[in-house]
Amino acid sequence: MKIGSKLYMALVFLLLYSPIVVLIVFSFNSSNSMAVFEGFSLKWYKELFNNDAAISALLNSLILAFSSAIISTILGTVAAVGIHKMRSKYVKSVVTNVTNIPMMNPDIVTGISMMLLFALCGTLIGFGILGFWTLLIAHITFNIPYVILSVMPKLKQMDPRLPEAAMDLGCTPLQAFFKVEFHEILPGIFSGLLMAFTLSLDDFVISYFCAGNTFQTLPIFIYSQTKKRVTPDMNALCAIIFITILVLLLVRNFATDRQLGKNSRRKARN
Amino acid sequence: MKKNNTLAQRLLAAPHILWSVLFIVAPLAIVVFYAFTDSSFSFSFSNFSKLFNDGTVEVFTLSLAFAFCATCICLVVAYPLAYFISRTSRKTQNTLVMLSMLPMWMNFLLRTYALSFLLEDTGFLNNILASVGIDGVSLINTPGAVIFGMVYNFLPYMILPIHSVISKIDKNVIEAAEDLGCNRLRVIFRVIMPLSLPGIVSGITMVFVPSVSTFYISQQLGPTDFVLIGDVIETYFKSSAASSYHLGSAISLVLMVLIFICMAVMNHFSDDESTGGIIV
Repeated sequence: MKIGSKLYMALVFLLLYSPIVVLIVFSFNSSNSMAVFEGFSLKWYKELFNNDAAISALLNSLILAFSSAIISTILGTVAAVGIHKMRSKYVKSVVTNVTNIPMMNPDIVTGISMMLLFALCGTLIGFGILGFWTLLIAHITFNIPYVILSVMPKLKQMDPRLPEAAMDLGCTPLQAFFKVEFHEILPGIFSGLLMAFTLSLDDFVISYFCAGNTFQTLPIFIYSQTKKRVTPDMNALCAIIFITILVLLLVRNFATDRQLGKNSRRKARN
Repeated sequence: MKKNNTLAQRLLAAPHILWSVLFIVAPLAIVVFYAFTDSSFSFSFSNFSKLFNDGTVEVFTLSLAFAFCATCICLVVAYPLAYFISRTSRKTQNTLVMLSMLPMWMNFLLRTYALSFLLEDTGFLNNILASVGIDGVSLINTPGAVIFGMVYNFLPYMILPIHSVISKIDKNVIEAAEDLGCNRLRVIFRVIMPLSLPGIVSGITMVFVPSVSTFYISQQLGPTDFVLIGDVIETYFKSSAASSYHLGSAISLVLMVLIFICMAVMNHFSDDESTGGIIV
């Protein structure tokens, strides 16, 4: 039983990782063969870094992810506080449900609905508006629900008497928010920000419909490169992205492990 | 003082409500508008009647069937894995969860591309097969490859929610069942499975929705001219030759309604209100 379960886990992880590992190994191949490894070389990496379109797509993606993550975190946090304080249950549930639509809807429907909106606005003012700004709006829209989703539990966990106590002690509501509530919900805001950033970096489907010809993000670039053909510099890109994610996750894991250790030590001391 | 307070607090949600109306409600209203109008913007059902006559219904059924298969396979593969992971020590669990999350953080385009690289006719896997004497198996460009692509891409979305629910099950409940005479299998089927239902439900939605609406996986791994409903929508909106926003909107509307019905049915089975968002 024990061996069986280990074998099963190993098999599934082998399934999950073998395509990526093979791709990474072949990114060091000196020829562009997909079957035979003919020798080690960094040729495809060099080619990738000399590819201006790839580099500018990467920069575009980073700019878009940064700006949309920051704006959606601010909007989403304020919205979460507002929704949390709503008195009427009915209004609250309507707002929450509408907010969750982009999360529930298939990406392709969100994508085409925004594309139609932008196309309509474009016809009204007489020229196409698809580009950075439309992408930014789309990304903020699909990020907000995730920010709210990560801030809301922290708001619910917080003792409502804390800000009240602060106000009894002479804080204005605004001061009470920044001095008390903000610190309580900060972990939620931070994880919302991170999530918004990664979602925005990763999104292809919605961007594909909302991007014009002027602004290409990395996923859109990958799409145009890999459609029904194999280009070894994409293998190199894949390897770089995989290693980056691996390092980031390891750092995060390490940080949370230390945090857990600290917390349990603190608890033990009390 | 109190009254001022609530007014200010109500205003807090105002920017978000305005944003939602502008960029969530309005675009969907436009989709509905396009779906129910013809090319001269007068009201008609012609898009829907066309849908029923030009083979789109078959594509719909095919997409639903493919997504259903992929979701079932994911569930069958992921459930034991999530269960086994939850039975390891805490430290191993963290590592294994990270391992199942890692491919998910890679863009799905790259994952699909990696898979197509592996399955290619002249690719690595066929080369190995040929060296052991199995020649000329075409792995890519088959319907099976499309289902495999969906499973490969969305498997982590099934593992994570199920694992997070199973790992939170109170150990005392399991012990109680054992004390009352349940064997291993009965514990799994009578206690753990019913308690992990919310995780199963959110896993199913997280796999089914992207599978049914995908368009890259079918283009990359499927046979030539193989189309799923996502490809049809993409063609209507993106190709300059066959573009028709009205037909595309009608199909999208049907897809959206179908998915919302599926989700409502699914959520009916789990009374837990927290679905989705188990990614971090």
